[in-house]
Amino acid sequence: MDSYNENSKVKVKMQFQRFTRLNRVLHILMIVSFISLALTGMTLKFSYTGWAAILSHLFGGFESAGYIHRFFAVVMVSIFIIHIIGLTKLKKKEYKTWKALLFNHDSMLFNKKDLKDFIGSIKWFLGKGERPQYGRWTYWEKFDYFAVFWGIFVIGSTGITLWFPEILTSVFPGWVINVATIIHSDEALLATGFIFTVHFFNTHLRPEKFPMDIVIFSGRMPLEEFRLDRPAEYKELVEKGELENYLVEPYPEIVLKAIRIFGWIALSLGLSIIVWIIYAMIFVYK
Amino acid sequence: MKKITANRNADMRLYKLFYLFLIIPVWLFNSINLYAQSNSDCMTCHSDKTITGKINGHTFSVYIDEKKLAASVHNGNQCTDCHADLVNSDFPHKTNVAPAQCVPCHDDAQKLYSEGIHGKAVAKGDPLAPRCQNCHGSHEILPVKDIRSAVAPIKIPFVCGSCHREGTKVQIQRHIPQNHILENYTESIHGVGLLQKGLSVAANCASCHSDHKILPPTDPQSTISRKNISATCTKCHQEIEVVHRKIIKGKLWEQAPNTLPVCTDCHVPHKIKDVLYKESVANQDCLSCHGRTNLKSGDGRSMFVDAAKLQNSVHVNISCSQCHNTVNPSLMRPCTGISPKVDCSICHADEGDQYSKSIHGQLFAKQDPNAPTCEDCHGSHEVLAKVNPASQTFPTNIPNLCGTCHRTGEKAAVRYHGTEHNIIANYTESIHGKGLMKSGLTITATCTDCHTAHMELPHSDPNSSVNRKNIAATCGKCHYGIEKQLENSVHSLNITKTNKKLPVCNDCHSAHQITRTDATGFRLEIMTICGNCHKQYAASYFETYHGQVSRLGYSKTAKCWDCHGSHDILPVENPKSHLSFQNKVQTCKKCHEGATRQFAGYFTHATHHEPVKYPIMFWTFWSMTGLLVGTFFIAGIHTLLWLPRSLQYRKELKKILSENSDSEEKKDDQISDEKIE
Repeated sequence: MDSYNENSKVKVKMQFQRFTRLNRVLHILMIVSFISLALTGMTLKFSYTGWAAILSHLFGGFESAGYIHRFFAVVMVSIFIIHIIGLTKLKKKEYKTWKALLFNHDSMLFNKKDLKDFIGSIKWFLGKGERPQYGRWTYWEKFDYFAVFWGIFVIGSTGITLWFPEILTSVFPGWVINVATIIHSDEALLATGFIFTVHFFNTHLRPEKFPMDIVIFSGRMPLEEFRLDRPAEYKELVEKGELENYLVEPYPEIVLKAIRIFGWIALSLGLSIIVWIIYAMIFVYK
Repeated sequence: MKKITANRNADMRLYKLFYLFLIIPVWLFNSINLYAQSNSDCMTCHSDKTITGKINGHTFSVYIDEKKLAASVHNGNQCTDCHADLVNSDFPHKTNVAPAQCVPCHDDAQKLYSEGIHGKAVAKGDPLAPRCQNCHGSHEILPVKDIRSAVAPIKIPFVCGSCHREGTKVQIQRHIPQNHILENYTESIHGVGLLQKGLSVAANCASCHSDHKILPPTDPQSTISRKNISATCTKCHQEIEVVHRKIIKGKLWEQAPNTLPVCTDCHVPHKIKDVLYKESVANQDCLSCHGRTNLKSGDGRSMFVDAAKLQNSVHVNISCSQCHNTVNPSLMRPCTGISPKVDCSICHADEGDQYSKSIHGQLFAKQDPNAPTCEDCHGSHEVLAKVNPASQTFPTNIPNLCGTCHRTGEKAAVRYHGTEHNIIANYTESIHGKGLMKSGLTITATCTDCHTAHMELPHSDPNSSVNRKNIAATCGKCHYGIEKQLENSVHSLNITKTNKKLPVCNDCHSAHQITRTDATGFRLEIMTICGNCHKQYAASYFETYHGQVSRLGYSKTAKCWDCHGSHDILPVENPKSHLSFQNKVQTCKKCHEGATRQFAGYFTHATHHEPVKYPIMFWTFWSMTGLLVGTFFIAGIHTLLWLPRSLQYRKELKKILSENSDSEEKKDDQISDEKIE
C-alpha cells in the first residue's frame, strides 16, 4: 500500500499510525520525568553507595536534587491529568459516553480477549500453540498502563506526605511519615525495577524488537511489521476498510535518528539504573 | 690657771730630770735583783713619760699611763702576768723584753689566732703580721663593749683598715684578692649602717671574717669560704630563705651549697648594697674571655657569649655566676669549676620539678640523647620571655618549636607508635592551629596549653594533662562552660553510673584535628563518632531521611547533636533533655518551623526490622516487599518463558519479511494496477 509522491516521483512506503501526537508527547515527557524522579530519588534510597553520592552531587546537592524531584513529580502528575483530560476529550469526540469509552473493543480495560491472549501466550511460550492474534492493546501493555495509575496514586500520595510533613501531621500521627517513606521508596523501587526490566523487555529488548521499538516516539510503524505483530487489529481494520485512515508517511531519516538517540539515552539510563540498584542491593547493602 | 699649769709643767720637767740622773744609774748598774717586782716597782720608771726603749735599733716610748692601765680590763693584773719574762729579773731589767703574753689568760683566742692567717704569718716571721696588741692595744685595753675600745664594732673597720686599705704595705706586698676594701665597705649597706648611722650591730669586718681565726676564702674552714659563707651571713640574716624563696628552696641553701649560688655570688663582698643586684663579681670578668668570638672549648665548641644577645634576654639582670653557679671567684680562673650544664631549677624550681616528672625529664634522666633540655626550648644566653614575639616559646612559635622533634619524620615522631600522626600539619589545619598561626590569636590553644609546658606526659599516664581522666579539665581551662555542661550530661559519671568508657572531649573532637563544629566535615564525622558507641541508633538514623542525606555528604539535615544536644546530652526521660516530652517539639522546631506535637511523633530512629517496637513499619515494609517480589516473580517468569519463543519468532519474522521484499516489486505492480483500474 505505497503511494507515489507525484512531484518527486519517488515511491514512499506508507506506515501505520499507532499512537496519537498527544500519546507520544506525554510518553516522552513521562520518560524524562520518570528517569529524573528515579535518579534523584534513588540518591536517597541508596545513599549508602558511592554512586548515589556522585549522582547527588551531579544534581547539585541533595537540596537541588530534591527540587528536581518535586518538579518532575509535578510534571508527572500533570502528564497524568492531561492524559485524563485527553480521555474526556476523546469521549466527547468519539464515544459520547464513559461506558462507550471504557468498554469499547479497543479500550485499555482488561476484557475476555486479554485472558484468552494471556492463556494463548503461555501456551505459545510452552510450544503448545501458535502465537496469539494480538489486537490493538496486549494484556502486558494494559498492565503497564494501569501500573502507572497505581503508581501515581501510591507514590504521589506518599510523596505529598513527605513533601509537606508538617501539614500532614496536623491530621495524621507522626508515624505516617515513617510509613509513607517506606511505601514511597519501595513502590518507586518496584516501578523503576519493573519499567527498566519487564517493560523494557516487553517493548524493546525482546528479540523481535531488539534493540528498541521506536513506535512510541514516531507513532508509526512499517505496515508489514504491524500486520505481523497485531494480526487481529490488522485484520479488523482491513475488514472494516479503515486501514487507509491510519496510513501516514514515515518520518525523514533525521527525525528517526534523533528519536533513536533519545531512545538510546533513555534505554541506557534505565539499564544503568538497574545495574546500580542491583549493585547496591547485593554488594553494598549491609 | 694657764700660768700655774705652765709652772707645774716646768716643775715636772725638773723632777724628771732629777729622776733620770738619780734613779737610772742606780737601776742600770744594779745587777742583782734584790726584790720581786710589784706594779709600783715597774711604775717607778715607766710612769716617766720620757722613758724610751730600743729594740733592733728602733727607739720607742715605754711610758705607761697608770690611769689608763687602772681603767683597762687588766686593772688588778700584775705587769709580770703578761711580761712573764721579767719575773724576778734584775732591776733595771734587760732591754730586749719579749712581747707581752696573752696566752696564760687568753689561750682560746690565742689558739684561734695562731690557726688564722695572721697567726701563721707571725709564725713565719712576717714583719707585717699583726699581733694581739696591733688590734687590741696594750696597757689601755678596754672591754669590747666599751665604745672607746679599739675593737669596738664601730672601730673595727679602722683597725682592720689600718693594714687592709689602699696603699698599705699589706695591700701592696701581700696577696689580697679584693681591693678598695675599706672604701667599698664604707659605702656598703653594712658600712653605712655602722659608720654613718652608728648601728653597732651592722656587720663589721670581724662579723664575716671572724675575729681571731681569719682565713682566706679559699680555705674551706674560712667563715667566708663558699661552704660557709651562707652560714656566716645567716648569723644575722636569719630566715633569709623566706626572702629568697623563689630562688632557693628552703634548706637546699645550706645542704647543697655547691649546687646553689652563695650569698656573695650576687651580693659582692664589701660592696653589698640595698638594691637589686644587676651584676655580680663576674659578668665583666667572664666576658673578658667569653666576649671573644673565636673562643673555643677543648673539644672545639664555641665558647663565645654574645653580650648583645644577653642584653636582650630576660636574664639581663641575672649574672653569669647565678646560672653557672659552680664558678669559684677565689680561684685564679673562677670558671674552672663550671660544670657543662646549667641547672635552671635553682631558680625555676617548680618548672624543674615538673620537667623531671615529664617524659622529657624522664628521658633526660635515662641519658637519652634525644631528650630535650631547658636550653632546647628556651635557648641559652639569649633566652627570651614567652611574651616576646621573638621568643621560641611565644605562643605562635610553639608549634614549630615542638615540631622540631614532633613533626612527622623528626626524632620524637619516629619513636612514637600511637594513633596521632602528622601532628603539626594537622594541628596547623585545626581550628586552634588556624586561630593561632593564621590569625595570630595568641590565646588560642597551642601545644603547651594542652600538654603543659614542662610536664608533658604520654596520655596513658594518669598524671598527664591529656589523660582521659584529665582531658575535660584541660580543655575546660578555656572551654569552661562546655566542661560544666559535660559534667552534668549523660556522658558524665555524675549522671551515668557505668563501668563503660564514657567519651571525653577528644573522642568526638579529635586531638589535633579539631575543627569548627559547624564545619561540614565535622558534622558528618560526628555521626560515625557517636555510632562508635551507639551502633544501633546510628544505623537506624541512617535509614531516615536525615541520615540518608548525611550519608550523601551533606551537613544540613539534622545530625545527632542537633536533636540530642552536644555537651548537655541527657536521657530522654530527663525533663531537661532536648528530647524530653516537654522539649521535643521545640527541638524539632529548630529546623521544622511548623512542627507540632504530632509531627514530633515521627520515629527518628525507626527501622522496619523491629516488629515489636515498630509493628506498622515492619508490616508495611513486608507488604511492600511482598508486592515487589510477587510482581517481579510473575513478570519474571512471563519474560523468561517468552524469551526463547521470541528468539524463534524473530527468525520467522525475518524470513517472512525477506520473502515479502522479494515479491515486493511484483505485488506493488499488482496493487498499482488495481488502483489505476
